[in-house]
Amino acid sequence: MALDRARTSSLRDLLLRNRTLNLLVNLTLREIKGQYKKTVLGRAWSLLNPLANIAVYSLVFGIVVRATPPVGTNSGLKSYALWVACGIIPWGFMSAGTSIGRGSLTDNAGLLTKVYFPRFVLPTSTILALASTFLTELAAVALFVGVAGGGPRILYRLVVLIPIVILNTTFVLGVSLVLSIGMVYFGDIQHIWGIFLQLWLYASGVVLPVSLVEGVQNTHPDLPIMFIFQLNPAFQFVEAYRDVLYDFDVPSVSRWLAMLAWAAIALGIGSLVFRRFSAQIVEEL
Amino acid sequence: MTSSAVVVSDVSKSFRIYRDRQRSLKATVIKGGRARYDEFWALKDIDLEIQQGKTFGLLGNNGSGKSTLLKCMARILKPNKGTITHYGRMAAMLEVGSGFHPELSGRDNVYLNGAILGMSKGEIDGKFDSIVDFSGISDFIDQPVKNYSSGMYVRLGFAVSIHVDPDVLLVDEVLAVGDMAFQEKCTEKFAELRRDGRTVVVVSHAIGQMRSFCDEAAWLRKGTLMGVGPAQDIIDEYADQAHNSSGEPGSDENHIKGHIGSGEATIDRFELLSGGHVVDYVRSGDELTIRIHFTCHQALAKPVFGLEFEHESGFVVWGHTTTDGDWTFPTLTPGQGSVDVVIPSLPLRAGQFAINGGIAAVGTARGVDQVRRALTFSVRRSEPTETAGVAVMHSRFENLVQG
Repeated sequence: MALDRARTSSLRDLLLRNRTLNLLVNLTLREIKGQYKKTVLGRAWSLLNPLANIAVYSLVFGIVVRATPPVGTNSGLKSYALWVACGIIPWGFMSAGTSIGRGSLTDNAGLLTKVYFPRFVLPTSTILALASTFLTELAAVALFVGVAGGGPRILYRLVVLIPIVILNTTFVLGVSLVLSIGMVYFGDIQHIWGIFLQLWLYASGVVLPVSLVEGVQNTHPDLPIMFIFQLNPAFQFVEAYRDVLYDFDVPSVSRWLAMLAWAAIALGIGSLVFRRFSAQIVEEL
Repeated sequence: MTSSAVVVSDVSKSFRIYRDRQRSLKATVIKGGRARYDEFWALKDIDLEIQQGKTFGLLGNNGSGKSTLLKCMARILKPNKGTITHYGRMAAMLEVGSGFHPELSGRDNVYLNGAILGMSKGEIDGKFDSIVDFSGISDFIDQPVKNYSSGMYVRLGFAVSIHVDPDVLLVDEVLAVGDMAFQEKCTEKFAELRRDGRTVVVVSHAIGQMRSFCDEAAWLRKGTLMGVGPAQDIIDEYADQAHNSSGEPGSDENHIKGHIGSGEATIDRFELLSGGHVVDYVRSGDELTIRIHFTCHQALAKPVFGLEFEHESGFVVWGHTTTDGDWTFPTLTPGQGSVDVVIPSLPLRAGQFAINGGIAAVGTARGVDQVRRALTFSVRRSEPTETAGVAVMHSRFENLVQG
């Protein structure tokens, strides 16, 4: 047996990685399959939920408040519903991702206290499962936009979405890694994050066109409102999706750099914090 | 030449016991970034080497640190000090069916659980039939596990765990799952692991089972390693110690943990009496009264009381309930009370026995309260002795006829 071991030890690393990969895949599938199991409509909910969101915001801001939607640069689209859809879907991914990812360690306390496996797999699988749902939602938005006037031109623009989704998912994962560790020590984070998300929604230009904010900035030149918007990672990501889906354009270089920086910062800090604490969390659960 | 499978060197582990249990952000901020806590040392400077191919038992009372040590070996907990090295692939069976998703089918859960325990997809594919076969639930493998009985759930979980095929297997008190037939299968599987030269580290209270199961053992008390060596010697040493410290009135051993049931009435403790006095051991042939002290929380109609003696081997030697006799209980009213079970002459040979007890209600399937191994007592030998087994028959030889 000792001989066997010597022979396989060079392969061990690879095998181990495969096992971790297999675990990641299985846990992701568990999340995806388990998500809508008890419902009558099943997976349709993953589309109905954002549709309801779009309808509510279109009603409140588009019809009651009469926010004027910007005109799509190349698409010529002028629809508040479509404009808000392009923002609310990515926002939903970021807010749900960080909220559910936040609990990925505490919700699996039973598993963590009984089995050893690389701990990062739990938040990562949660985020990957949500990212897969997000992709179907994005496809639905692309379809609406195409039908509403974009035409088949939208199709080849979709390729640009791939790196945006990857950067965005990386960003959400990084934030979730920090939050999930934080949750183990401070249950309060759950509530604080809920409040923060509400604020963040309005600070990201998701439901109100940025032109409205620019107007406010002009009347209060001493407040750094636009500066905050530009610094806000969610604003950059949401606008990137709109660049592609609403404007049929490609995000600007500065936007790409901003997204890249935010994804790198989030994942960097996330993995540092996670590496520092993940071996100790079990005794706090 | 034998080589080590697990080497534990100079391992200490402490836990923080928070005084006010406030881990909130507010408390942390107010108290200057630090919650007040006491340090509790669960393991103190443990040095231990487990040889390859051995079945190694870790013994100790509740709170002795044996499970903490096992969890450190399994890498679930990280020691504050010292290192644990293991050679070969390690798997821990601390709970069967960890991470089962109730809504998913048995098949999906085999893959999920297998992945959690560290198997790759190819491995699970290859072992799938064998796993399902071992669990004996092939007809239900495509049903969601939420529809499984608890027995089926445990069997499937155990089947996956045992198929991880590790070089070192860590087991925590999970040997007693399923019915007799399934237990036999498990015992066989463990024997197979041993034949294959695998190392098994097992934590248990069941001394009798450990005696037949382990080659070597170690025992711990309050986080300190008290002895390591051949299983028989260590188990004797541990049993002596356990016997000497148990049975004191009001000691921890008399305090029952782990009640199962709806809880209208609960068993508080058992008391042994012989000749009108409270005793902590008896001799074969003595008169013995077991007094069940209970608390009734809500009125309970037609209660049934029951009692069992479990031998150290895990075998139930005797059981008796009030429905066996002609005594019908009146409705219990809230408050404390006691009831006696009288044994005129105890027909048991010397050994360690544990008392299991329960309260149920007539005409319902539900258990009101159930406690296992709530009190352990020893039976000491009396003259004349009989040689083997658990029973004393008061037998004698006579009528020698010679040609």
